[in-house]
Amino acid sequence: MNPAPSVIIFTTLSGAGFGFLAYLALGILTVAGWPAFFLWALGYGLAVVGLLASAFHLGNPQRALLAFTQWRSSWLSREAWAAVATLILLAPMALSDWLGLGLPRWIGGIGAVLCVATLLCTSMIYTQLKSVPRWHDPMTPVTFLAFAAAGGAILAAPKLVAIALCLLLAAVLAYGWKRGDTAFARAGQTIGSATGLDRLGETKVFEPAHTAGNYLMREMIYVVGRRHVAKLRVIALGLVTALPVILLALPFPALAAPAFVLHLAGAACARWLFFAQAEHVVGLYYGARG
Amino acid sequence: MNVPRLETSPAVSDEIRQTTCYMCACRCGINVHMKEGRVSYIEGNRDHPINKGVLCAKGASGIMQVTAPSRLKAPLKRVGPRGSGAFEEITWDEALDLAVQWMKPLRETAPEKLAFFTGRDQSQSLTGWWAQAYGTPNYAAHGGFCSVNMAAGGIYTIGGAFWEFGQPDWERTNLFVMFGVAEDHDSNPIKIGIGKLKERGARVISVNPVRTGYSAVADDWYGITPGTDGLLILSLIHCLMEAGKIDLNYLAQWTNAPMLVNSQRGAEKGMLVKNAERQPFVIDRRTGQPAPWDGQGVEPDLGATWEGHRTVFQHMAEEYLDPKYAPEAVSARVGIAAERIRSLAAELAQAAFDHAFTLSRPWKDFRGNQHEAMQGRPVSFHAMRGISAHSNGFQTARALHLLQIILGSVEAPGGYRLKPPYPKPVEAHPTPHFASAPGKPLSGPHLGYVRGPDDLALLPDGSPARIDKAFTWENPLSAHGLMHMLIPNAHAGDPYRIDTLFLYMANMSWNSSMNTTRVMEMLTEQGADGEYIIPRIIYSDAYASEMVAYADLILPDTTYLERHDCISLLDRPISEPDAAGDAIRWPVIAPDRGVRCFQSVLLDLGARLGLPGMVNEDGSAKFHDYEDYIINHQRRPGVGPLIGFRGNGEEEGRGAPNPAQMQRYIENGAFYQAHIPEEASFYKPWNAGYQDWAVRIGLYETPQPYLFSIWSEPMRRFQLAAEGQGDRQPPDHLRARLKEAMHPLPIWYPPYGDADADYGYTVHALTQRPMDMYHSWGSQNAWLRQIKGHNALYLPTAIWQAQGFEKGDFARVSSRNGVIEVPVAHMAALNPNTVWTWNAIGKRRGSWALDKDAPESNLGFLLNHLISELLPGETRLSNSDPVTGQAAWFDCRVRIERVPAADRPEGRPAQPQFAVLPDPPHAEGGRGLDKKGARA
Amino acid sequence: MTCLPGKVDKALGLVIDLDTCVGCQACVTACKGWNDQGYGVPLSDQNAYGAKPSGTFLNRVHSYEVQAENAAPQVVNFPRSCLHCADAPCVTVCPTGASYKRSEDGIVLVNEDACIGCGLCAWACPYGAREMDADAGVMKKCTLCVDRIYNTHLPEEDREPACVRTCPTGARHFGDLSDPTSKVSQLVEARGGYALMPELGTKPVNRYLPPRKKGAVAAPVLEPLEAKGLAGWLDRILGKI
Ligand SMILES: Nc1nc2c(c(=O)[nH]1)N[C@H]1C(S)=C(S)[C@@H](COP(=O)(O)OP(=O)(O)OC[C@H]3O[C@@H](n4cnc5c(=O)[nH]c(N)nc54)[C@H](O)[C@@H]3O)O[C@H]1N2
Ligand SMILES: Nc1nc2c(c(=O)[nH]1)N[C@H]1C(S)=C(S)[C@@H](COP(=O)(O)OP(=O)(O)OC[C@H]3O[C@@H](n4cnc5c(=O)[nH]c(N)nc54)[C@H](O)[C@@H]3O)O[C@H]1N2
Ligand code: SF4
Ligand code: SF4
Ligand code: SF4
Ligand code: SF4
Ligand code: SF4
Ligand SMILES: [Mo]
Repeated sequence: MNPAPSVIIFTTLSGAGFGFLAYLALGILTVAGWPAFFLWALGYGLAVVGLLASAFHLGNPQRALLAFTQWRSSWLSREAWAAVATLILLAPMALSDWLGLGLPRWIGGIGAVLCVATLLCTSMIYTQLKSVPRWHDPMTPVTFLAFAAAGGAILAAPKLVAIALCLLLAAVLAYGWKRGDTAFARAGQTIGSATGLDRLGETKVFEPAHTAGNYLMREMIYVVGRRHVAKLRVIALGLVTALPVILLALPFPALAAPAFVLHLAGAACARWLFFAQAEHVVGLYYGARG
Repeated sequence: MNVPRLETSPAVSDEIRQTTCYMCACRCGINVHMKEGRVSYIEGNRDHPINKGVLCAKGASGIMQVTAPSRLKAPLKRVGPRGSGAFEEITWDEALDLAVQWMKPLRETAPEKLAFFTGRDQSQSLTGWWAQAYGTPNYAAHGGFCSVNMAAGGIYTIGGAFWEFGQPDWERTNLFVMFGVAEDHDSNPIKIGIGKLKERGARVISVNPVRTGYSAVADDWYGITPGTDGLLILSLIHCLMEAGKIDLNYLAQWTNAPMLVNSQRGAEKGMLVKNAERQPFVIDRRTGQPAPWDGQGVEPDLGATWEGHRTVFQHMAEEYLDPKYAPEAVSARVGIAAERIRSLAAELAQAAFDHAFTLSRPWKDFRGNQHEAMQGRPVSFHAMRGISAHSNGFQTARALHLLQIILGSVEAPGGYRLKPPYPKPVEAHPTPHFASAPGKPLSGPHLGYVRGPDDLALLPDGSPARIDKAFTWENPLSAHGLMHMLIPNAHAGDPYRIDTLFLYMANMSWNSSMNTTRVMEMLTEQGADGEYIIPRIIYSDAYASEMVAYADLILPDTTYLERHDCISLLDRPISEPDAAGDAIRWPVIAPDRGVRCFQSVLLDLGARLGLPGMVNEDGSAKFHDYEDYIINHQRRPGVGPLIGFRGNGEEEGRGAPNPAQMQRYIENGAFYQAHIPEEASFYKPWNAGYQDWAVRIGLYETPQPYLFSIWSEPMRRFQLAAEGQGDRQPPDHLRARLKEAMHPLPIWYPPYGDADADYGYTVHALTQRPMDMYHSWGSQNAWLRQIKGHNALYLPTAIWQAQGFEKGDFARVSSRNGVIEVPVAHMAALNPNTVWTWNAIGKRRGSWALDKDAPESNLGFLLNHLISELLPGETRLSNSDPVTGQAAWFDCRVRIERVPAADRPEGRPAQPQFAVLPDPPHAEGGRGLDKKGARA
Repeated sequence: MTCLPGKVDKALGLVIDLDTCVGCQACVTACKGWNDQGYGVPLSDQNAYGAKPSGTFLNRVHSYEVQAENAAPQVVNFPRSCLHCADAPCVTVCPTGASYKRSEDGIVLVNEDACIGCGLCAWACPYGAREMDADAGVMKKCTLCVDRIYNTHLPEEDREPACVRTCPTGARHFGDLSDPTSKVSQLVEARGGYALMPELGTKPVNRYLPPRKKGAVAAPVLEPLEAKGLAGWLDRILGKI
């Protein structure tokens, strides 16, 4: 799939944002006054910028509100609701932390649950797609949640927890990649099944249907070189886990900020791979595989 | 959200205008939908006999053709050096004055110095007539480089051809065998036909080195080695004759098989034995005595020997039973296993004889014999350039007709059926006219069917009368001329120099020339005096093609929706086996630029030159435009370009001009059909009912029954000359090849291109027409160019693997004539010693108003650079069939070498490349208008 | 409506005969031509005469090479457009309700006025049947020519999809696949018509008729006439008249 910057920004930032918000909501990081204001603002900022970024890849963003209408069947619609509900529900908690209103934490608890729900909805947008076997896997929501947990933790959780979650994330990512690398083959679709010509014999593309480009080829058929993948995975692991862990292990609390930034960069890198490596079965018609 | 309210019944358009498509020469009927005065949608006309409602990919994209930014906008005069593409716009008066200034003195001194050649012109009866009136011997259309082998091979054998001049009896045939067909001029009819066969479960077989298109859907495929079809066919004939699976009655009744071949030495040897009235005759089985070939009740004896002369049939037996034609003997050469050849022969026999049927349609033959029924032979054939574009194509076409004949299927129900004005024997065609005199028209039409050496277009000193050397010893039966030799000969001054080249609708500096690189040089080379070797070039095109840059004067044409046209029975009509038909085009939209219908311009030019037939007695123009000509011109009294609605509007075929004729055609869907009576629609050459009908509608003046020429006397006359008989003698260097090629029975000899194998060029290189592109014109179409914007050379598995080719590779492809470097792709369903690519996808940079980095120019390529217009040697013999002069495009032999990616600089385009052509003024290029007419 | 209709009154769709399709691309441009001026926004082209042209088409014809065992390799042309799936994932993923399946005939459509151009439906479609129009930013797909098949402005015989009407070989058939007696259902039955990637659970309506078996048929072997030499052959054969 085409790793469009807007979608990478969306999933990376809003993932980290909702993760971080959940920690704040649960009061794992207890803050008050202006620090609270800025931290909540950071959480809101990440989530909202992410959501706004997602509107950039819409052909007709002016109608974006219509995306709220189909919550009964559409994960995208549900995500929209969940995100908005979360942001609204967390507002009293944030105000309370900032202004010291002393609202009970269970409100934050509900907010945190909604954060997780939002994250799940986002991940389900991808997970539901049988047409993209790499995504159509339980590891997709797990990975999304793991990212949110680790990212948020870097800023908001005790160091050891954060380090543990970063390491967990690395494990999840590695396992996800491993599963992902065989997902397409396991799904069992080939050029032969896509065309049904497997009933005759071995099938390959003879002539392209068109020599000019089209939406499908730009959007769904994106090929990354193997060598690049290996390199990017190392970089991603280094950024999301190794470097933050090192920084967190150092005895300077202020290093959490650079650790978070590095982590975000790594998340973006991993997310780039998430898209770029995902093969859509439509590629089969174009001989992109098999 | 609720289901939106949907308008499922919107108004489709304001109006439908019916005309004829011209995205190719297939002549389909179209419904042009108009919204607010603009073309909004084009679909097929269901009532039209050719396409019955369907359209091809091109036809359905016509809307993008009439809005293409490449359309020329005004007459142009060259200002820079020729080939640079630098022009200035001039007015039509200036343009025509200039043309007259060039042409008039030539006509008055040396009319042959004007050469007028046209491309896929559908108005050859007008353009030929014009050239005749002008008086130059130098006129032809594109048939010589296209498929004249197919046309002439058919005419000289059965009095009709494949091409679009006939078709299988789609309703009744059970087995349909195609040789070397990718598209043909009958694109939609063949597709409709194949669809019908598939629906009925009838069998389709394709003989073709490449298994795409029709071959892909065929039930069986014979991946033949190029150039060997003749051998395969003769081997099939061998098998059928050996097994006695031939239609003896058909041979005896309808062919010259029972005629006698003169066995005496001398000038008559090998000619058919004639009686005192100079008529060939047969031996009647009932009496054992000579009897007239057309005598009622005569039973011709195929096995007769009379005074030592044996029948044609015995000569056939002797030739084709020879073990050299046994499948085992030809198998290696044709690349098909012997048992496959035998099984194909068995299938043919089964279809023709085991599945024979009779159609109860009483009919009377020309001898006066009444038949109660028609013998059906449900096996049919079709062939096109795969056979004809080789230097042995004429004989191969004859061989295929012989195969159909021995199966008794030509003009039989279930077999191959001709479309009026065919069948028409050689005798009913003119002979070539070429004697020109200053200020005088030619005495007759330029093109025709030579009967023997006496008809050759030779000047008294024996030199060729025509610039293309048509109708000479080099290519005696060149019925369509040799357009591919026009520029090379004019450049070489061989046989003589010309002054003005007048071209219409032919992209001669690109895809329609052999040796394209060199041709571009020929067009621009100057002599010592600084004058161009070809001094003047006038060209009419509708679009900014590659050829435009090489003209001195451009007469910009309208597009097909903007003009009148006439698809006439005098030319290449829309007939069907059951009906004669013709069609028109009319301006369904008005041109929005300074362009004029070329035919109108031609008539205007003719009037300005004072050409006979084009001016009134007072010197004024006789026709004010092409429409006027279509309606009022008469070739013979009562016979004009169109057969429908003549006289009072009810007369068919013959009748006085009718001023309302064009309107009637428009109301009738832009076509007219004259139906053949049922009893006359098969066995046409011998069917008295058909002959009478044909005379009635004006196809001939008297009935023209004839017998199929298995033994060809015109051919034999040339062979005799080559053997030293007669006073018109060929030059010595041509004797051997004439003796071989002019064999009176269909034979096979290796195509001349095979000689290149000795130089290490062992691989056959072919092109095919893509169904969704028409030569060079398709690429300017925004929709079509997205489908095929570049081409690759397809390599068979053997070559692919041997050289370790990989996806994305290029190959250096060389021939004795040149080198190209092009992208390749792998194809398994391909003859193992053949490579091929799509024809004419490659475009010169900057042409057709495309971006200079268009894929058509970067990756697209032509094979033409590899194909020489001359055979190797000193004698300037054209690379053509020695009989007809048909360009031997497919004789091309090459060598393939992988170009490792490391040896190719990043982004290097296909080679060769040429200077970027500028857009002609106002053509505005890809930088121009979008399809809705707004500025992009 | 993003939820799928529980049941449809008809299942209109196409049946495409791969044994007959010659790959001529006529259906591609006929579709483009009709839909460029009909349902919804035009099918735009970008850089139409440029170095990198691109455009929206609702129907594409591929060409594959198939190597069957013990047979010559063969080429199969393969048209691809929306299959109007019964369990259309493109519909259920749509957040706006722009994508919907009609209950009266099963046609899957995009209501362009409600489409935000998120592209998710195209991601969900395994068959590549949806292309986002780059000019209008809305999703385009085969409409089964819903503006032709019921169009009373058209003569009865023309109330069929543009691609079907134009197909020169008659390889495309249109009809109700939920009705076992319909011509299309019977074709599917007779010729073993199949669905594409049924494992994905989309339940396509369109069917493909597989290429028939290729190769020689058994015809009685031709036995040479028993005869000696040319004269003997002539005797034998002419004795037959
Ligand atoms: N390698 C290779 N080369 C081949 C062949 C092959 O098989 N292989 N085939 C050969 C054959 S059979 C043929 S027929 C030739 C075809 O070659 P050409 O006859 O040259 O064919 P086109 O490229 O169609 O060029 C026709 C010209 O007519 C112009 N034109 C189009 N419409 C109009 C119009 O309405 N009015 C006017 N005035 N001009 C118009 C076009 O712009 C174009 O410049 O190519 C030959 N070349
Ligand atoms: N769509 C479309 N239609 C066209 C045209 C076009 O450009 N586009 N051009 C028109 C013109 S001008 C013409 S002349 C006709 C030509 O119509 P076709 O004759 O059908 O044209 P080609 O594409 O030259 O096809 C030649 C076929 O012969 C095969 N072949 C080559 N050599 C051999 C051989 O030795 N033996 C056998 N058995 N097969 C061989 C090739 O593989 C190819 O399939 O088409 C007309 N129709
Ligand atoms: S075959 Fe196609 S391009 Fe040619 S006349 Fe017919 S519809 Fe037009
Ligand atoms: S083919 Fe694709 S677009 Fe069409 S209904 Fe099925 S999933 Fe939806
Ligand atoms: S692109 Fe349009 S139709 Fe497709 S899912 Fe998004 S809103 Fe729905
Ligand atoms: S049914 Fe209509 S919209 Fe669908 S592919 Fe055919 S022509 Fe295009
Ligand atoms: S129009 Fe018919 S034959 Fe041509 S590509 Fe489409 S389905 Fe195949
Ligand atoms: Mo041609």
